[in-house]
Amino acid sequence: MLVSLFITCYNDALFPETGKSVVNVLERLGHRIEFRPEQTCCGQMHWNTGYLREAVPIIRHFVRVYRDAETVVVPSSSCVAMMRDHYVKAAEMDGDTGLAAEIETLLPRVYEFSEFLVRKLGVEDVGASYPLKVTYHASCHSMRSLHLGDIPIRLLRNVRGLELQPIQNMQECCGFGGTFSIKNADVSSAMLADKVRNVLETGAEVCTAVDNSCLMHLYGSLHRQGTSVRTAHLAEILAATDGARA
Amino acid sequence: MSEVHAEVTQWNRRDFPTAAREVLQNSQTRKNVKHATNVIQAKRNAVVAELPDWEDLREAGAQVKAHTLHHLDHYLMQFEDNCTRAGGNVHWASDAAEANRIILRLVQQHQAKEVIKIKTMTSEEVGLNAHLEANGVRPIETDLAELIVQLGKDRPSHFVAPALHMNRHQVREMFQREMELPDLGDRPEDLATAARSYLREKFLRVKVAISGGNFLIADSGGICITESEGNGRMCLTLPDVLISIVGIEKVIPSYRDLDIFLQTLPRSATGERMNPYNSTWCGVHPGDGPKEFHVVLLDNGRSPILADKEARQTLQCIRCAACLNSCPVYHQTGGHAYESVYAGPIGAILTPQLHSMEEGRSLPYASSLCGACYEVCPVKINIPEVLIHLRGKVVREDQGTFAGKFSLWNIGMQTAAFLFQDADRLAMAERFGQIGQKPLVSKDGFIEWLPLMLDGWTQSRDLKAMPAQSFRDWWAKERAPHSDNSHDDGKGSDA
Repeated sequence: MLVSLFITCYNDALFPETGKSVVNVLERLGHRIEFRPEQTCCGQMHWNTGYLREAVPIIRHFVRVYRDAETVVVPSSSCVAMMRDHYVKAAEMDGDTGLAAEIETLLPRVYEFSEFLVRKLGVEDVGASYPLKVTYHASCHSMRSLHLGDIPIRLLRNVRGLELQPIQNMQECCGFGGTFSIKNADVSSAMLADKVRNVLETGAEVCTAVDNSCLMHLYGSLHRQGTSVRTAHLAEILAATDGARA
Repeated sequence: MSEVHAEVTQWNRRDFPTAAREVLQNSQTRKNVKHATNVIQAKRNAVVAELPDWEDLREAGAQVKAHTLHHLDHYLMQFEDNCTRAGGNVHWASDAAEANRIILRLVQQHQAKEVIKIKTMTSEEVGLNAHLEANGVRPIETDLAELIVQLGKDRPSHFVAPALHMNRHQVREMFQREMELPDLGDRPEDLATAARSYLREKFLRVKVAISGGNFLIADSGGICITESEGNGRMCLTLPDVLISIVGIEKVIPSYRDLDIFLQTLPRSATGERMNPYNSTWCGVHPGDGPKEFHVVLLDNGRSPILADKEARQTLQCIRCAACLNSCPVYHQTGGHAYESVYAGPIGAILTPQLHSMEEGRSLPYASSLCGACYEVCPVKINIPEVLIHLRGKVVREDQGTFAGKFSLWNIGMQTAAFLFQDADRLAMAERFGQIGQKPLVSKDGFIEWLPLMLDGWTQSRDLKAMPAQSFRDWWAKERAPHSDNSHDDGKGSDA
């Protein structure tokens, strides 16, 4: 299958290793990867902050870049949630019925990374090896918008050597929420403190998720507190093999 | 009869981040709120899981409410006709002042100096207690938690459990002081006994009661109230005069529809399969219950919400507060930070709309958009969607002012929108970022301080610095030259 990687804006700038890991895993499974350099952003930050009109040209750009793609894979559940929950509404708000129609035909071909592996490819064991204690943070959009359920957990259970540590209150938000973390910095920090306490109580060496946004937030505190717990996107764990570790 | 205007209770004076900062300093309140919400939420989850048709019940509830709101005029008129026919008196109040005036006049007509009250959020919304007090009428709350709030001169922090921010030791201290019971214990039964003795005497003596209403039933003109203590039942049956103040959105077409809501409301609100007391009454009946019955139908900003297609679903709310109990923001702050009668996620969308966005402008931003509220809502109000819609209104209004147009937020967002429309611009911005961040990056590759509003991030968190090479640069350097399937059909900038 020819897979088009939508890296997302923040992964592009801040987490290129995640993108490389996605390429690694999908190529290992025998798929061809393309990267359309015209790609930018899904528009989530603008839309969720209330800059609705400003989000529309960003959405239109995304659709133009990917409208003829066979399959689009995105290593970020919140960006896919943005597309599924809000794109059609944004096009309708703009009165652009053509765009709304294009979105309707494109979105069934857009997948979050772990969802693509399990729901589209039917693969739960990608041949990874990662002999560390890992806890999984279920990001809000992965659970409540994409309804990924235990998909990421099933992928992690098939990783050689990985010890999965259950976490308390897995369903509760880490407090990132995009610009919420700045507009309501105190509340966001209090939410983060609870989440980090739960992560530390698991005894895990690594905290993983399908969203680097949550992980960036979590690691911001783990690092500030001087802990040795690291964060790694699920793709980075799945890319690790006996020979090479991400 | 004279009417003095009370000073309006001061809600919405501070924005949410400021009020929240203060609450976050109070570790006792935070502990109480976290404990109480965890307990209610666990009970709610357990009793919801028992129902295999829970999702169907949610959908049915949402559809009944949406249908009724779509034909609200019809159902309200039907309610008025049927209620009047049954011997009730229907009053229409367009705003808080009118509702207060109507109720005060009714109380004064009966020369009442005291009224007993069942917990009613609508009366909190219009500031009824303050208005009655200013005019020489003493309102006595009979819901235990409302009584605690009233005696403690506090404000409700949760609309199902108004005193949720207090623990029983704090309640005991307050009862000892206000009821003059120095030897009162702090066991739940001690506190309940004290409240019972205090209230029973009022139930038997006071002649006028004021209630809210959970449901107005159009096809019979009846009202339904659900409660846990039975104190409401006392108010509804013992006094001579009963006045119910109810928001116009509380109407449902038929008694049959209670089938849905009497399953979803108690499970969502208190984690009970059924409320211990479900009172439904219709007009007056000689020798049984109040001799005189009045309903005040309150608009107070609801009609304009109906006109907003995106936000109309706000009015589907049945006030179960499940969204508060599930909200990670509410868990941290409790209700007072919202500076509003209606707290939590539903308050964050309802309050600014009731006040035509003039107050509570920071409330639509008091959410991380985690979606927990929508997931538990028994009438499927997509609260995150409405929050974003209201944020859109706030942004548009701000952009209409000079200060808003030239604010750092607006300039930053406009700049980002410009960059995100073209990959070359974005790539250039990334390169600027990689270089520009250098003075801020510490030895181990982290940013520990950021300027302007961004310092909100670094007050408790470090930020990973941008690596020297973006993914797109890596791909261009390592993969694109060797790749036979790179995308090169010229789908470039469309800006």
